[in-house]
Formats: sequence, C-alpha cells, structure tokens
Amino acid sequence: MRPDAKPETSAAHQEVSLPAGAAEPPRAWGRKLPAVGFGLGAVALGASVLFAGEGARFYGSYLVAWLFAVSIALGGLFFVLLHHGARAGWSTVVRRLAEHLAATMPLLAVLFVPVALGLGELYPWARPEAAGDELLAAKSAWLDPGFFFVRAAVVLGIWSLLAWWFRRRSLAQDASGDPAISRRLKGLAAPGLIVFGLTLTVAAFDWIMSLDPHWYSTIFGVYFFAGSVVAVFATLILLALAARPVVGEAVTAEHFHDLGKLLFAFVVFWAYIAFSQFMLIWYGNIPEETLWYAHRTGPGWEGVTVALAVGHFVLPFFFLLSRAVKRRAATLVAGAVWMLAMHYLDLYWLVMPNLDPHGVHPHALDLTTLVAMVGFGAGAFGLLARRRALVPVRDPRLAESLSFENV
Amino acid sequence: MSGERKLWGLLAEFTGPDRLAEACRGVRDAGYARWDAHTPFPVHGLEAAMGVRRSPVGWFVLGLGLAGAAGGMLLQWWTATTAYPLVISGKPLFSWPAFVPIMFECGVLGGAAGAVLGFLLLSRLPRPFHPLFASERFERFSDDRFFISIEAADPRFDRAATEELLGRLGAEHVEAIETGGSATAAARA
Repeated sequence: MRPDAKPETSAAHQEVSLPAGAAEPPRAWGRKLPAVGFGLGAVALGASVLFAGEGARFYGSYLVAWLFAVSIALGGLFFVLLHHGARAGWSTVVRRLAEHLAATMPLLAVLFVPVALGLGELYPWARPEAAGDELLAAKSAWLDPGFFFVRAAVVLGIWSLLAWWFRRRSLAQDASGDPAISRRLKGLAAPGLIVFGLTLTVAAFDWIMSLDPHWYSTIFGVYFFAGSVVAVFATLILLALAARPVVGEAVTAEHFHDLGKLLFAFVVFWAYIAFSQFMLIWYGNIPEETLWYAHRTGPGWEGVTVALAVGHFVLPFFFLLSRAVKRRAATLVAGAVWMLAMHYLDLYWLVMPNLDPHGVHPHALDLTTLVAMVGFGAGAFGLLARRRALVPVRDPRLAESLSFENV
Repeated sequence: MSGERKLWGLLAEFTGPDRLAEACRGVRDAGYARWDAHTPFPVHGLEAAMGVRRSPVGWFVLGLGLAGAAGGMLLQWWTATTAYPLVISGKPLFSWPAFVPIMFECGVLGGAAGAVLGFLLLSRLPRPFHPLFASERFERFSDDRFFISIEAADPRFDRAATEELLGRLGAEHVEAIETGGSATAAARA
C-alpha cells in the first residue's frame, strides 16, 4: 500500500454523522434560483443592450462585469484544486459549493462572445491605426485578433474541462464512496494547478493588460489571481451561510472561521502584490510603465485609487484581524459583502481608466451588466446544485471536516 | 540548607488522555483556578475541558507589530530627511513608497518579538525550577502518564477535600508535593 493511501481508507471507515437533511439536494434553490437568476440576467442584459448607445461604454462595463463573474468561477476552481492538491480535510463540507461555482465556467465562456464583438472598441491593438504604431507592430504576432480568440478559447476550454471533471468525479464519489477517487483527484490537482497558473496569466495579460497595449507588468497575472481568490472566499462565505438551512450544523463556526482566515490572508496577499507592482514601477520611473499609474493617480481617478488601497486593504485588514469577527456570521458576512464590492471596484479600476483616462463616469450600464452576470452565474449555480447534495456525502475526509476545530 | 517544608499542592496521576480530560472537567466544575494538566502529547479538546480562556498573547503581537512598523518608518524618515539627506534619482527626500518594505519587515519583526515575549511573560518563563520536579512519578508525564496538579495557593484548596475529589475523578495515585527546606533534596535522594 502506498504511504499516502492510509488516511483515506482509514477515514472511510469512520462513522459519519451528517445532520438530518444535509445529504438532501437543496430543493428551494433548485426551484427558484435558475428561474430567478436567468430571468434577471436576461432582463438586465436586454436593458444593457438598450442602454448601450455608444459602443465602447457598453463593452467596458460588460468586460468588468464578465471578469467579475469569471474571477469568482476561477477562484472556485483554484479552491477545488488546492483542496485536493493539499489533501485538505477541514474544507470538505464547503468544497461542493466551490465545485458548482467553478462549473459555471462553460456558460461564462459563451458569455465571452460580446467581448469578442467589441474587440476593436476595447483593445487599441485591434484597431486599424495600430499598424502605424511601432511598439504595437512589434507585438502584433501575439496581439492578433485571430490568435487572441484562439487563446481565449483554449484557456476557457481548459478551465471548463478541469471544473467539469473535478465536479463530475466528486459527484461520482457521492454514489460510490470510492476513496480511490480522492487519490486520483489529488494526483490530477498538482498538474492542474500548474496549468491553472499559466492559463490565468495568459488570460489576465490578454483580457486586461492588453487594454493598454504599451504597458506591461510581469506580476499582473498574480495580481488578477489574488483578487479572484479574495472574491471566491467572500462568495463561499455567503454561499455557506445560505446553505445553512439545508446542511445545518455540517458547516460550523469553525469552517466560517477558516474561510474568514483565508479571506484575510488573501486580502493581505492582494495588497502585497498590488504594492510590489506599484513600487517597482514608481521606483524605475520609466515613461511607458508609469503612464498606466499616471492615469490612475492623476485627476479623475486618484480618488478611486486611494479608495481601493483603503477599502481593499487597510479597512478589511483591521476588521478581519479579530477572531470574534470571523466566527460571528453577521460580521463575517459584512466583511465578505464588502470585499466583493471592493473586488468589483478593483476590476473597474483596472479596465475603465484605459477607456476613460480623464475621470470616473459611473453609468447605468455598470449596474445592468453586473446584474446580468451575477444573474446568469446564480442561475447556472442553481441548475448545477439543484439535484445534488450540497456536501460531498461520501468523501473519505467528510468525518474529519465535520469534526474540525480550530485549536 | 534547612527550613520548614511547606505543602505546594497535590499531584494526581491518570492512565489515559480520556480519563484525564474527564477529570479536568471535574476540577474545572469544582471551581479551581490555580491548577494545570501535564500530558506527554497535545490532547485535543483539553483546553475546553480545563476551561482555559483564550490567550491574550495576540494583543502583544498587535501592539509590538504596530510599534515595529511605526518605528521602522520613523527611522527611515529621520535618516532620509534629517540625519543624512540625500537626493536619490530626483525623488523627494521622504519617498515613502521606498520605505514600505522596511516598514513591513519591522512590523513583522515586532509582531514576532511580541509573540515570543508575550508567551514568555504570560507563562512566566524561563523557569529553571518547578516544585513538581520533586516528584519521581512526575517524570512519566513525558512518557506515558497524565497528571493534574492543584496548587495549595488555590482559594478552594483543602488538602483532604481536594485529595478526595481527585480520587473520585479517577486518579490512580495522589501525591502531596512539598517545597522549601530539603524536601526536594530528600525526594531526589
């Protein structure tokens, strides 16, 4: 027997005492969520198209909202891969939620189509006048519309496949209770994480960094990753709380405490990466690098930049520091909702100054596109969740997760 | 060295972690304050069984961490603007972004120092001698036995009643620990 085979097989024989009803599918979610989510999404997307008027504004708002949804799904995929890769025990009761979140990726991949339609409006390198730009001409082998679409299809396809496979095997384990599935997924998680890191970097460079194609920052992929993980922990906290009526005491204050700790940790990680990117560019003071920050610290956007530094780091740092805040549902939910709002602001701050360097001009489209994406995401989540138990009922580490306690 | 031998407390011996935890619950519920449990390995749930409150060591970490960060920034501000002003790449003398990494590191250093110092202070360490070292049987606390010690200084301590309680809670053996005079030398001999 392989040395790592022991924990799973021995845990499989442990007694698992799930709270009554926790193994049942969430009927209420299944009935309402898909209809409400897709309905809201369709209405909001329709309203967005009506409001669209001048194209660039619509595509900018749409890109921010789409990235918001994609980053949460990506964060979910990361959580699932990390859970298996690290053979985590505590997080088993919330893993199914992350599996469903990640599995919304195929729908989000389809929703990439409007971004593709607005290519010329969004990306300066995709416009005819780019041919006259020496720098862009030199980058044209990579920043080519055809190749851009191929890369988008590949990364979205890989994420969808990974998310689908990990969810599918996890659901298969619900039926068979086979501990070998956990072992197989652990083996897949390590290469999966490497592929995840590479594809995420390509996506962040393509979809966000190339909005200002003269600018470059090698840490940019990590920056997008950090924000995505903040967003998924905030989302998981809200979903786990929403799942409480179904799963009952399967998710305890101990699990919320750990989700809160990870949210806190990634808030700090985000700040670390954001500052690392800023300081190197500020220190080097090279025009083609500093212009990106000049747009964001100059008149118009400087308020948003300060709000982001304070709201995405300083305030949540001190708020989430306390143990009591992370263990009490009301305070942790407040922190999670706040961080999701800050994550949206972060994406807004990445995308919008490229289209509108002279100032912040909030638009109804920002709201309608966000409602559309959140609606579609929630609808897809409801469809995925409706016939399945919200916890992996026969996972070999379920017993460990149920009795988990912070020391 | 001579002098009066004085009762320090009682030492009760248990054979397993579950019995110990059960006994800890009993001692906790009897309202004792100055007592401790000694085990060869960490026992899950023992803190709750003993009624141990959360350690305030985090406040030492926060205080010294913030002080470290502030001190680090202050030092750089003073050296860069007052003690040795030097214009670097045309930037202002007080270029705070360049000082943030040092500020961060000083904050981490202060926080780590706070954790260590707070821990030592709160557990009254270092402590080269403890009255329990007088007991021969106590040496097995690092091997295969589990102990509860109750100090005579506890307001609820009463030799007979406490001994009776420990016996009732399943102690295999209860021993009186004395200090002062040549008690320890006698026990060691």
